[in-house]
Amino acid sequence: MLQIDCPWCGRRDEDEFTCGGQSHIERPALGCSDEQWGDYLFARINPKGLSLERWRHTYGCRQWFNMARDTVSHRILAIYGMTDPVPVLPEARA
Amino acid sequence: MPVPRTHSALQLLRQAIGGHRGWPQFWRSPEPKPAYDVVIIGGGGHGLATAYYLASKHGIRNVALLEKGWIGGGNTGRNTTIVRSNYFYPQSTDLYDHSLRLYEGLSHELNINLMLSQMGILTLANSRHDVEMLQRWSNAIQVQGIACEWLEPEQVQAEVPALDVFGMRYPVKGAFMQRRGGTARHDAVAWGYARGASQLGVDIIQNCEVSGFEISDNRVRAVHTNRGTIRTDKVGIAVAGHSTVLATLAGFKLPLSSMTLQAYVSEPVKPALDRVINSPMVHAYISQSDRGEMVMGAGADAYFSYGQRGNLPPLEDGVRSILEMFPRFSRLKMMRQWGGVVDISPDTSPIIGKTPVTGMYINCGWGTGGFKAIPAGGDLLAATIAHDKPHPLAEPFCLDRFRTGRLVDEGAAAGVSH
Amino acid sequence: MSLPKQRIPGARIDTAKPVSFFFDGKPYQGYAGDTLASALLANGVRILGRGFKLHRPRGLLAAGKEEPNALVQLEEGAFTEPNVRATLQPLYAGLHARGQNAWPSVGFDVLGILGFFKPLFPASFYYKTFMWPSWHWYEWAVRRLAGLGKAPRERDPQHYQRQNVHCDLLIVGAGPAGLAAALQAAPSGRRILLIDEQEEAGGSLLAERETIDGKPAMDWVKATLATLAGHANVQVLARSTVTGYYDHNVLAAVERVSNHLGPDAPAHLPRERWWRIRAGQVILASGAMERPLVFPDNDRPGVMLASAVRHYLNRYGVAAGARTVVFTCNDSAYRTAIDLAQRGIAVAAVVDTRAGGAGELGERVRGLGIAVHTGYRVLGTRGRRGLRAVRIAPHAGGAAMNIACDVLAVSGGWSPVVHLFSQSGGSLRFDDGLQAFVPERAVQAVAAAGAAAGVTGLAAALAGGAEAARTALEAIGVAVLPALAVTAAPAPAERPLEPFWFTPDAAPEYQWLDFQYDVTVADIALAARENFVSVEHVKRYTTNGMSVDQGKTSNINALAVLASSTGRAIPEVGTTRFRPPYHPVTLGAIAGRGLGERYAPRLETPIHERHLELGAQMDDYGGWQRPACYLQPGEDEHRAVLRETREVRRGLALFDGSPLGKIEVRGPDAAEFLERVYINSVRNLAPGRARYGLMLNELGIVIDDGVLVRLAEDHFLVHTTSGGSGRIFLMLEEWLQCEWTTLRVRCTNVTTQWATVTLSGRGARDLLAPLVQGIDLGREAFPHMHFRTGSIAGVPARILRASFTGEASYEISVPANRGLDLWDTLHQAGSHEGIVAFGLEALLMLRAEKGYLHVGADTDGTTNPLDLGWGPVIAKKQSDFIGRRSLTTPNATREGRLCFCGIEPLDPSTALPIGAHVLDTLPGGTRRSGGYVTSSCFSPALGRWIGLGIVRDGPARAGEIVTVAGNGIEMQARLRGTVYVDPEGERLHA
Repeated sequence: MLQIDCPWCGRRDEDEFTCGGQSHIERPALGCSDEQWGDYLFARINPKGLSLERWRHTYGCRQWFNMARDTVSHRILAIYGMTDPVPVLPEARA
Repeated sequence: MPVPRTHSALQLLRQAIGGHRGWPQFWRSPEPKPAYDVVIIGGGGHGLATAYYLASKHGIRNVALLEKGWIGGGNTGRNTTIVRSNYFYPQSTDLYDHSLRLYEGLSHELNINLMLSQMGILTLANSRHDVEMLQRWSNAIQVQGIACEWLEPEQVQAEVPALDVFGMRYPVKGAFMQRRGGTARHDAVAWGYARGASQLGVDIIQNCEVSGFEISDNRVRAVHTNRGTIRTDKVGIAVAGHSTVLATLAGFKLPLSSMTLQAYVSEPVKPALDRVINSPMVHAYISQSDRGEMVMGAGADAYFSYGQRGNLPPLEDGVRSILEMFPRFSRLKMMRQWGGVVDISPDTSPIIGKTPVTGMYINCGWGTGGFKAIPAGGDLLAATIAHDKPHPLAEPFCLDRFRTGRLVDEGAAAGVSH
Repeated sequence: MSLPKQRIPGARIDTAKPVSFFFDGKPYQGYAGDTLASALLANGVRILGRGFKLHRPRGLLAAGKEEPNALVQLEEGAFTEPNVRATLQPLYAGLHARGQNAWPSVGFDVLGILGFFKPLFPASFYYKTFMWPSWHWYEWAVRRLAGLGKAPRERDPQHYQRQNVHCDLLIVGAGPAGLAAALQAAPSGRRILLIDEQEEAGGSLLAERETIDGKPAMDWVKATLATLAGHANVQVLARSTVTGYYDHNVLAAVERVSNHLGPDAPAHLPRERWWRIRAGQVILASGAMERPLVFPDNDRPGVMLASAVRHYLNRYGVAAGARTVVFTCNDSAYRTAIDLAQRGIAVAAVVDTRAGGAGELGERVRGLGIAVHTGYRVLGTRGRRGLRAVRIAPHAGGAAMNIACDVLAVSGGWSPVVHLFSQSGGSLRFDDGLQAFVPERAVQAVAAAGAAAGVTGLAAALAGGAEAARTALEAIGVAVLPALAVTAAPAPAERPLEPFWFTPDAAPEYQWLDFQYDVTVADIALAARENFVSVEHVKRYTTNGMSVDQGKTSNINALAVLASSTGRAIPEVGTTRFRPPYHPVTLGAIAGRGLGERYAPRLETPIHERHLELGAQMDDYGGWQRPACYLQPGEDEHRAVLRETREVRRGLALFDGSPLGKIEVRGPDAAEFLERVYINSVRNLAPGRARYGLMLNELGIVIDDGVLVRLAEDHFLVHTTSGGSGRIFLMLEEWLQCEWTTLRVRCTNVTTQWATVTLSGRGARDLLAPLVQGIDLGREAFPHMHFRTGSIAGVPARILRASFTGEASYEISVPANRGLDLWDTLHQAGSHEGIVAFGLEALLMLRAEKGYLHVGADTDGTTNPLDLGWGPVIAKKQSDFIGRRSLTTPNATREGRLCFCGIEPLDPSTALPIGAHVLDTLPGGTRRSGGYVTSSCFSPALGRWIGLGIVRDGPARAGEIVTVAGNGIEMQARLRGTVYVDPEGERLHA
């Protein structure tokens, strides 16, 4: 059970949170091609290892934040704001 | 070409006299050859079935099946063993009923007792809204010519005496039942296909991990593995949760998310439940295995994972739902918990067919429901590889649908996940 | 009542407190402090179980949770529990237990004859037969033969709890290492949780005769517990088993709160408590388990682990038999001979597989006059219902001899309990000295200590525990503490263990590995011959280690047999993954109290009690408890709904709409934001006006609808579907926080802050007028789709003119705590006009007559706004909105989509079943679904059944006769427009 450091509320159990999926996906403009739109909707990196994703503290402050997490070890490497750039990360794999 | 019949009661008797020393190997474990006509990656049910049907239906026997660990060790050996074809959309019911029909003949075809137990599967409605949705769903199945019946609460109680039909927080308001649904022994499915394929000439190579592909002119030429490079111009990929990893090696994108699905079994007890029960609203499913264990499942971890580990919250929520349905099972004990990495597609339907790389074919995206589809998944991928053209049943499940938007969104249609 | 054998003094039972109990219907007596197993052993009951497959008689093997044989059905009726380990169950007065998987009893089991057919049942024989004509023919019988105990048939009369806890240091196991760790850590002041699974603390010290600091070890245990009790930062949790080690140092444990009291436990006590523990650091001091030796007929009742024999002797004062032979490949079992002999119990011999025998302990055994046979192994055992003799022979060849005995105490060495360490993700290493897997590298904040770390000897365990505590505390910033001073006598010099995994020159068919699932050495060898050589394959093929003990006594032995069968070393074969739980956990404990009413909260409106008084038939609608209808005497639901529907159309009616979703959206960019959210335009909506709108997801699918109100230039009120407000609110927030981060907008979900009562019908305005202050209710002043604020009967109110019934309606919202007053005021005011309350079902009929869309019922997860006829509205809008791009994909615009339309049965007196499909006939005659009926009701206004649906190209096919099939019937119906009543909307504006 993940222990997640909410930037506002502190450390809480994973079941208070919602994972909103891959972060840093750019929403294309209305005039984009079907392929670009399809990629935006569906194409995901689905990494085995470092994953940059967004989470919401649903049963808490309801705020979104970004998380860098290893999808194998489930280690959380960084938590950063929605508009923050991707931080420099330590060795990704545990 | 049929599989030799070395399994029978008579054989068992003969072997008993000989101290069981004469049983042949289930499958051979040869060294990989430098080249094959077709290489199948993934020794789970889907990959093994693909290899078997390539050999048995299409006469393609110079086939290698590469498995990074041990065959049947991924989701094939980690699921809740349910088989059914009660889907909503015609293209889905066509696919899954094809699979169920293959299952129905498979013990004889493969000469191994798969313990196909068509005990019937009940899908419960726990609200007025559920009743409408499930009637729509059960009618859809019947329109497709698949037998399915609607049960009123009293009938549900008669079918499943252990179920607390009237006392739940969300009492049962009806259910639909597919009597042909049930369970099958998961390991035997993998071993049976392996045995069949091996006897027909397929080389099953375990502990063989793919590290890359040789691709030129957008055409696959060879597969690099920890046991050397294998030349081939046709590659079939059936690796479930790890599909993205291989697609990345081959340089194309897949619309998949890998997640860990949680399941658990109780200690074995004498028969107390002889139907498969699934409730979309009181979210859990349960059946009792022939060995006596209650096999239970509910949700996946709510985040991406290749972890293959048990976790607490889905276990607690799932058990709560099971006991809500079956309060009398409260004093049973959970004896094993595990997780399997499933590959979930955006519409929760599979992807079967060609990939952007010529000569490379894929079978993935089964999400939480791949076990029931093993025979069809293998059959359709084999046909697609053999003819370099999608099998008609596989056409709706092409990769292209995520550009055209023509999804086969079962969850959305029925309001229910798999 | 049969009298128990004399107990040996000095044990940890209270012979002054006899306890009577029953096994298989016969009365027995034990003592306070006994387990069911020790009491049965003391009473000479030898057969406690039967094998799963062959029903061979089985007796006690162990004294702890690894016990594979003594599984009993505890109690009867609602209190019954299957598969209870007799070794773990404390005795309580009146305890009833039965042997299981046997008929009529474990003592005499008819199915014991299956043993004669053993050759027919090798590993996985069932995969090779039972195929003709099909498995179905055999399954019924096989299912009944399988299984162990019986599941209860009644609801659990006891309850369970969940407890959440954080600690800085969790210590698992209160044996010597764990207690030393706790003692060392206690002065640090950090939160320390010490968990122990036994009935009392002490671990192995309970069963061994050791000294610490020159005194009996249990005195030290007692003193240590007293010291720990003096530290407020230390919590000791007894009778609790840590069962799972999960990510991020979260562990689960189950506390057996009142299991030792049986059915008479006080009702306020939970039976068990499930602990979720978040630990900073973890020390696993979980000890080690002894392995049995594997030799022909090693499953006879009387063959026991050497440590178990000591355990019963030293802890319970029970001699397992009158004459014991010890059989071992290591020094530890010599202690059994010494302990027995010192109590005057006959030890016939010690049989040691090692040519060199033991070290110091060997000398002590010889000094007690016990024969020691080194370089020997056991070739067989005798005694059908219990051990009578063993046959031993030297490895080197030579004459075999029989030794009469009734207990054979065996030891194949010790395996550290690494389950939790492995679950934590830590890697294991095969230790050649111990011939066992030991913890290697941790990936979480965990360390093993004592026997769990592969350490042998009491002194080393104490020192290791204290050191592990210092290291763990240091990791969380506690300055290094002075080392704990505690001493034990140095361990006697030992000779190394020499592995003796099975008896190679004897028939493998009766050398048992897994006593529960009846797996033998021959089964492993057969699996290897059939090319099941991966350890996971062998486990699954032979079922070794898959039963309730999960291989605690069998895994390593089976691994070694597999290694030998395939010519590999044990580390090459590897080990299977340890998965939670370490020990099985009651489902009830995992669920805790979250069942029944606590399974899901019931949302009630502020007017709930009044509905009940009015005879409401309540039901669950999207989580809310709402009146389906109000039953009058003699009415059923159908009649009640028809009556309510008629009344609404006739004059005046009241509806509790409180669950209607209400989200306030405010800020300088609120209009811009909502412009991007709704598919219709928002900017041109004037304050005080309302507009019906749709929301999509990015796939272009309709996810919600409702009336949007502009309260002010920068302030909107978004109405969502009932039950949809939480979801939509979160979606709005997600777009604001994650995508459109520069928009200056705040959203607030105010759904439950307001009670909403809808007054509907032609008389609504006249009724309302005298009650309302500050609002001109005039037809022109306050028309349909407008919004006003004022007050009603002195309470601030928001009034929206919108309608889901097709009648002129006023949706009046007041602060939630005034909702009941509002309802009563309106109800009273309308009593002269015959005002009625109507429920959800009437509302749904009324809106169906009007052809109003019910999102979620008339749409499915594929419906886009084009399917609902909103194409022209969208075309008028220039800017982007959520999901817009998806509406231009090939799929969104293709022909043949399911579109919203009316569908009426040709026979007006017959209902179209909801969920029935409109059939398309393909070329060749195949029929497929071409859409379905989504709403169906009897329209009192029209005196006929009507329906709505989503049908392939429905609106374009208006007038077409189609075949509808569903719920077992087929009928003809006509496609048509959606509006059945008042197409001009005259009633709305009344």
